[in-house]
Amino acid sequence: MTTANMHDWLNQHGDFLYRFALARLRDPHLAEDVVQETFLAAIKSPSFAEQSAPRTWLTGILKHKIIDVMRKNVREIAASDLMTDTDANMDEFFDDAGHWEEKPLAWDMPENALEQQQFLGVLQTCMDKLPTKLAQLFLMRDIHETENEEICKELNISATNAWVMLYRARMGLRKCLEINWLGVN
Amino acid sequence: MLSCKQSSQLISQSLDRKLTKRELFSLKLHLLICKYCKRFSQQIHSLRVAIKQTVASIEANDTIKMPSSAKNRIVELVDTYRQQP
Repeated sequence: MTTANMHDWLNQHGDFLYRFALARLRDPHLAEDVVQETFLAAIKSPSFAEQSAPRTWLTGILKHKIIDVMRKNVREIAASDLMTDTDANMDEFFDDAGHWEEKPLAWDMPENALEQQQFLGVLQTCMDKLPTKLAQLFLMRDIHETENEEICKELNISATNAWVMLYRARMGLRKCLEINWLGVN
Repeated sequence: MLSCKQSSQLISQSLDRKLTKRELFSLKLHLLICKYCKRFSQQIHSLRVAIKQTVASIEANDTIKMPSSAKNRIVELVDTYRQQP
């Protein structure tokens, strides 16, 4: 067997796999790394030559590599910066009586293709502003729809901690969108 | 009676777990009288939809290519692997 098909696969599917990874990991270097690991895993696989739908097969491998990276990244935060000042962090959103410090403003959701593009652009910027690991936990939950119990088991955190983290991520994103999306309109 | 802080926490958690009947009841009650939390709830739900759209839009963006340096590195690694006995 030659490496020729692997080269073909890289040409035909490399960019697709890269975008797939980039959309989820949001880091070009991490995206390159997981695509590289995917090709290495593929060539080491005994069933490599029998694949009739290489893109599907490679994407399947890639998904696992992406989730591994997310787990690793998120696991690092679990203990340290999350448990501390959980409530202190929320103080910027609520007063002592639990009322909104700044009341959520009404947004217009995008109504046409152009606005939709702009909205997604702003959302992208806001995702980038979230602490990376928080963003990844959030992506694990909201894109992969990884079950909460599974996340907790993986990260060795309690369900309560996971809810707090996800709550924080959503609060941060919402606030950022409010500032920037309203700014666009 | 829930505060807005508690209510916003339950709204977020409702995306991650099934709320108890009691929680659901107090949340619904709060949402009836609090337009800000209601707004918050709608926004948090549209956020989830929008996030999925950003992923789809990056995936569909043909102008994003893997850097050729990375491609070359992969080719080298694959070839090296293959040359091993």
